Amino acid sequence: MDNNTNPPISINHIQTAHCENGVTTSLLQHHGIKFMSEPLAFGLGSGLFYLHLPFITVLNGPFISFRTFPGAIFKRTCRLLEVKVQRKKFKDKATAQHYLDDKIEKGILVGSQVGVFHLPYFPPEYRFHFNSHNIIIYGKDDEGNYLVSDPVMESTNTLSPSELEKVRFAQGPLAPKGHLYFPVNVQPVSDELLKKGIIKAIKHSVRDMLYIPGFFAGAKGIKFTARQVRKWRDKLGQRKAGLYLGQIVRMQEEIGTGGGGFRFLYAAFLEEAASYFNGNEKLLGVSEQITKAGDLWRESAVQMAGIYKGRLTEQSDFEHSASILDEIYEVEHQAFRQLSKIKLS
Amino acid sequence: MKKQELPQDKSALEGYTRDICYVKNKDGKYEKALSTGWNIKAEALDNAWDDINHRIEDARNAVINGEKSPIYYFFELRLMDMQVITGYTGFWRFTVKRHMKPHVFKKLSDKKLQKYADAFDISLEELKNFNG
Repeated sequence: MDNNTNPPISINHIQTAHCENGVTTSLLQHHGIKFMSEPLAFGLGSGLFYLHLPFITVLNGPFISFRTFPGAIFKRTCRLLEVKVQRKKFKDKATAQHYLDDKIEKGILVGSQVGVFHLPYFPPEYRFHFNSHNIIIYGKDDEGNYLVSDPVMESTNTLSPSELEKVRFAQGPLAPKGHLYFPVNVQPVSDELLKKGIIKAIKHSVRDMLYIPGFFAGAKGIKFTARQVRKWRDKLGQRKAGLYLGQIVRMQEEIGTGGGGFRFLYAAFLEEAASYFNGNEKLLGVSEQITKAGDLWRESAVQMAGIYKGRLTEQSDFEHSASILDEIYEVEHQAFRQLSKIKLS
Repeated sequence: MKKQELPQDKSALEGYTRDICYVKNKDGKYEKALSTGWNIKAEALDNAWDDINHRIEDARNAVINGEKSPIYYFFELRLMDMQVITGYTGFWRFTVKRHMKPHVFKKLSDKKLQKYADAFDISLEELKNFNG
């Protein structure tokens, strides 16, 4: 179902917890893959991950990520469903706008990578130089403003040509360079293909969480963070250590992934995946465990908040935070061990 | 997380949007629900902003005391790091660091200053006349 001829300036706006899941879900649904949901997009994209890069700081705090690399979810989900993707980055701003206008004229919905610092409809306190936000541009209004479906917003928005240019050409780490992408020539997806995709995606996540090299990546990365947390009070002092813990909580959340959000998303994916395998009990069992990990992440956030609010100040409070992280490691490690043993067909 | 446990606290999202969260319903199945925010998260964000505001105040004082040029102040005000400012201005890292020294700043051409003004979303005059 390729929409090359009829230009409909309307979109079924889908709000999701995470922007890239949202763009993936919306674009694939728009192209007729109606069963696509956020958990499925996240799971097929092997979105779950853990990474704590040592020696590097971002926003004056630890570099921690609870999900896979930006762009990977859309890429992997499309690949597994045999959906071809066209992408383009630009050096020149005028060319970038011209290319976009051309796609809009043809009625094509495009995904666009943008920076959030200059995004006018975004909550001001969330506007940092974060350049891997994803939105869908689905048309232009009579005044020449672009119609935008931003998956983390409750409703659609508009951006003037200059506002859009600014966010498409935001500078800094992972600068988007006007990056646009959209699926082309999408074929119906058979149950068989979807099931094969789910199996592959789960394998990929197992590999990421259990076998990826490096003490700071995958489930074992959580243990690395725990070791660091134990040292922070002496090494950084109370105030800075509190800010570092705050950053762990903020990264756990980003905007719109409410409370251990990525863990709950993956648990929801496994639940949905089970329905394609006759309600496979083992998948549901692992889903429960990942839910438990999500709940523990929330518990750790509450404990850490006690510290960054200045209510808890002792080394034993840092030890307690770290011990919850150790427990999360055990739960996630076990869950993915079990997941790796499930035979699906 | 169960649906009834989903926090509905005041947060920076107010007036802009609400968070989608995945929660367990009565039947133990996942579903989507909206949250206005969570205290724990809001406080982490507030804390980060307190720290940022500290840094901005320190930068202002550094300009007043003649230790740094206005470029340093606006660099902090706009939450930039070296990769961001070099991206927007096209200057190299060590050049930007030089321009943050008051005596170097004074001799900069309007053409160069304009690049900074554009990067900071301010006028050339604002940048030149900023004194803390």
